[in-house]
Amino acid sequence: MVSETSALRWMIALPAMGVFFHVFLGGRWPRAVTVVGPGLVAAAFGVAVTSALHLFRLAPGAALHDRVYTWIVAGPFRAEAALRLDALSAIMALVVTGVGFLIHVYSVGYMHGDRGFARFFAYLNLFMTAMLILVLADNLLLLFVGWEGVGLCSYLLIGFWYDKVENAAAGKKAFLVNRIGDAGFLLGLFLLVTTLGTHGVWTVEVTAIEQHLSLLAGARTVFGWPVPTVVCLLLLIGATGKSAQIPLYVWLPDAMAGPTPVSALIHAATMVTAGVYMIARLHALYALAPAALAVVATVGAATALLAGVIALAQTDIKRVLAYSTVSQLGFMFLGLGVGAPGAAVFHLVTHAFFKALLFLGAGSVIHGLGGEQDLERMGGLRRYMPITFWTMTIGTVAIAGVPPASGFFSKDEILHAAMAGPHALPALGVVGFVAAFLTAFYIGRLLFLTFLGECRAPEEVRHHVHESPAVMTVPLLVLALLALAGGVLPVPATLAPLFGQGEAGETPLAMLGLATALAVGGLALAYTLYVRLPGLPFLLAWRLGRAYTLVRDKFRVDELYDAAVVRPLFAVARVAAWPIDQGVIDGTVNGVALLVGATSGVARRLLTGNVQHYALSFLFGALLILGYYVLR
Amino acid sequence: MSPTPLAWYLGLSAVLFTVGVLGVLVRRNVIIIFMAIEIMLNAVNLAFVAFARSLGSMDGQVMVFFVMTVAAAEAAVGLAIILAIFRSRGTTNADELVSLKW
Repeated sequence: MVSETSALRWMIALPAMGVFFHVFLGGRWPRAVTVVGPGLVAAAFGVAVTSALHLFRLAPGAALHDRVYTWIVAGPFRAEAALRLDALSAIMALVVTGVGFLIHVYSVGYMHGDRGFARFFAYLNLFMTAMLILVLADNLLLLFVGWEGVGLCSYLLIGFWYDKVENAAAGKKAFLVNRIGDAGFLLGLFLLVTTLGTHGVWTVEVTAIEQHLSLLAGARTVFGWPVPTVVCLLLLIGATGKSAQIPLYVWLPDAMAGPTPVSALIHAATMVTAGVYMIARLHALYALAPAALAVVATVGAATALLAGVIALAQTDIKRVLAYSTVSQLGFMFLGLGVGAPGAAVFHLVTHAFFKALLFLGAGSVIHGLGGEQDLERMGGLRRYMPITFWTMTIGTVAIAGVPPASGFFSKDEILHAAMAGPHALPALGVVGFVAAFLTAFYIGRLLFLTFLGECRAPEEVRHHVHESPAVMTVPLLVLALLALAGGVLPVPATLAPLFGQGEAGETPLAMLGLATALAVGGLALAYTLYVRLPGLPFLLAWRLGRAYTLVRDKFRVDELYDAAVVRPLFAVARVAAWPIDQGVIDGTVNGVALLVGATSGVARRLLTGNVQHYALSFLFGALLILGYYVLR
Repeated sequence: MSPTPLAWYLGLSAVLFTVGVLGVLVRRNVIIIFMAIEIMLNAVNLAFVAFARSLGSMDGQVMVFFVMTVAAAEAAVGLAIILAIFRSRGTTNADELVSLKW
């Protein structure tokens, strides 16, 4: 059942108005930016809440629809600019606007006094606009508009402090890696639309695609591969780009060059979940391609493990969190791949809470230490920053998966689906358990190195350590509450009618016990190593030798890509630039010009400037014409 | 005495025209070239008048009046141009007035 409304467009329009305000008036009126920036997002949150309440009063599986205008008509092809709020997009919209609002408030404190204050909020509001387009779009083309929009905002915000070369380079890297994924997304979309089009169904609308899936089931591509599998794999490439999965995850750790609220909002809570959202949105299509689902699950599990291992040996607080994000997104992909999109979206929601909390806590620490990000130069901050410490402890417990915090419930659902769900892949489930243990360990390491033990900060920094202002700590407290209690949200139950399949059922007690034991064990091990026996990690690192350096250097994947992709491309580009562009193309153009110049050089000798020479040519002309008439 | 045959007039006209053409082509002084152009015009006038008389029509004579009017105007403008060129360049030699070239 779909009921029409015109409220949804306001969710997008409100932050969009903010963009114009900040761009045109923000520079002159910075105090207004602090009100308008978060205020409009709060208003969008209000619209999201009322719309969601309206939706949940309707029958389960219902949706709100807002047709704004007809966007593209080309022959039989037709695309509307229309928005759709069903259970899935309602949950996403609530998370995006809710967490987004808290981070906007936090940013007012964090970015206070920055030269680009208004510009920052313009980008942030633009991000909210694009993300809400992505989430609310009722067709894949409009979704792609949002998809590109959030990518643009990510680029702009990573390179926000563009006067430092490495920030600009990180932004560029994120943009380029995402382009690779976007190319996959577009190809998948083209194949999907044209395949349906050959059957006379020209549409990009998700619900229409779902209705006509039977047309796809038997379709084959030129190589004889089934169309659904190819489409799903191409879309997966897009998802691995945006959601930082193997092989395109490399941009996300570098994206930490942006301001910390950006890392929290875009590179942890919302934008990077777009790939998860997209696959969950197209779950019916993916259900036609079990092979593609297995690939999704494998990519997810592998990413969760790899990023978890890398996070063990990082010393930059934001980098640990970045790899943690990659790892958690891997969990979500695992959930999607084993046929539990509800659990994946549940983890998406709880992850948005606790990862935003952890990032904002890390930002508070960095703020308090005057820009320090190195874990080696923190420690003992518990005394100075009690609110940050306690909220981050809650975030740690939540991500580690200690009951009753939120991460326990969502991670458990994914692992249970992987072990015993309808499309279970127990081998990947085991990988998931290992990754869960790693999660508990690295996040414990981060917490203990930051807040417990001896303070390793230099003397002059230690003097200035201070708790952050209320505008930053209040969002931390709210997020801590959400991270702690988010597990009770009935996300999978709400989504069940949409995904139309049974989840794995009640989790056996043994598995709950194992998950809890792994979480607590990881934290305890981290406590032992980094608080009780602080010398031991160095000894271990020394004993592990090259294995440790390899992990610390992130398995040298960046170097591998550099050698395997970037340098060959540069070599090709050099050939294209010099021998081909300069030689062949410019050579042809310049050659033609030279030839014309040379021939005209002869002809122009005729123009001597002497009137009598011209008169002579008149005479010859006249005689020729006369001769013609006389002699013919 | 019978009237002079048309061919004589036309022959004179052709001779005058050729003299004019040669003057335009071979003389170097711009004023002489200008006068040679006037000779060419008058050669044409002579041909017009001769035809008019021979055919008993007024058309040719009317055309001559037009040509004379235009020639008068042309003489005024042409002489003014020559004067201006002489003032700025200090010469009326056509071989030296060749700056409008490639």
